[in-house]
Amino acid sequence: MNLLQTLEQEEVARLGKKIPEFAAGDTLKVNVKIKEGDRERVQAYEGVCIARAGGGLNANFTVRKISFGEGVERVFPLHSPTVDSIEVVRRGRVRRAKLYYLRDRRGKSARIAERARARDAGAE
Amino acid sequence: MAQPAQRTGVLAKKLGMMRVFAEDGAHVPVTVLSLEDCQVIGRRTVEAAPFHDSTGAEVALKPVNAKKAKGKTREAKGDGYVALVLGAGAAKAKNATKAERGQFARAKVEVKAEVREFRVAPDALLPVGAKISADHFVIGQKVDVAGASIGKGFAGAMKRWNFGGLRATHGVSVSHRSHGSTGQRQDPGKVFKGKKMAGHLGDERVTTQNLEVVRVDAERGLIFIKGSIPGAKGSWIEVRDAVKAKLPAEAARPGKFTAAEGAPA
Repeated sequence: MNLLQTLEQEEVARLGKKIPEFAAGDTLKVNVKIKEGDRERVQAYEGVCIARAGGGLNANFTVRKISFGEGVERVFPLHSPTVDSIEVVRRGRVRRAKLYYLRDRRGKSARIAERARARDAGAE
Repeated sequence: MAQPAQRTGVLAKKLGMMRVFAEDGAHVPVTVLSLEDCQVIGRRTVEAAPFHDSTGAEVALKPVNAKKAKGKTREAKGDGYVALVLGAGAAKAKNATKAERGQFARAKVEVKAEVREFRVAPDALLPVGAKISADHFVIGQKVDVAGASIGKGFAGAMKRWNFGGLRATHGVSVSHRSHGSTGQRQDPGKVFKGKKMAGHLGDERVTTQNLEVVRVDAERGLIFIKGSIPGAKGSWIEVRDAVKAKLPAEAARPGKFTAAEGAPA
């Protein structure tokens, strides 16, 4: 492992995020820190995780939701301090790593079935 | 480059880029530089000055030809300017020339991979053998960074000068990426000097000014500088205090370094 990779790992450790195990298809509640003037509050953003990308310090994930009839996607850096916490609301059963096909679907066809049992514990 | 900076710069190796998250969540792209035992191996002074090696012992100048001169010492000359000679990185002694080996031996330092001079103010000269540490620079200060840009080889006018090239259709054949006309007619009858044409691109000295120091790791000799820095990974980079920004008061003067072992305090 070269020094740069070590430094990235140290940065991950420094940020010290508690990240639950989740994958594309899961419904997530992302608590986002929002700064208003000098006051800071936490806002929840709930939607379906449609992609996870990158590795290590550069990992990020995309959450899609339908807001007032309009599809909204947000990409969060996994280790960013602006992400206060991530909760897994529901585990979905999907057969793709990237669920970009959801963008073309509305309503009933955009549903994701719930996974009967969670994957083996410890699998990240 | 010629202006004598107050403090010395450092010679560092570019390791590569990574990201750092600021406390407010901002993502900061940084380039990581490694100091690799950046050490003073010589001093340039206006007037002749006695040379001390890294242990602090005075070293007499060797005669030019030891056999002919028979013990006579050569008169030391001044250099006419003030600078520090810094070396960094480890190299095998067999890969250094005899002349370089002589210089390193005179200063009693390890053989270095790269040697550069840094102009300094006369009162900012550091002792020979001084190892400059990464906290020579303070967090938040601005630095100027110079290095050799990545070589691109022989490049066409489109890549080298951002020319538009010729059209894709309308009768253009084989010369879609050419530069087009290079001048006028019989008068002036020549191509003006400095005409932008194809040629060698990259591998030239590039200085980027006013980059911010984001983090410093004195233990491992690392400097994290915001933004990109000219040069390929593993290339040697000169880092100096920014010419156009004020040096923070908390920056060590004349510099932050550890003296070589055995050197008098």
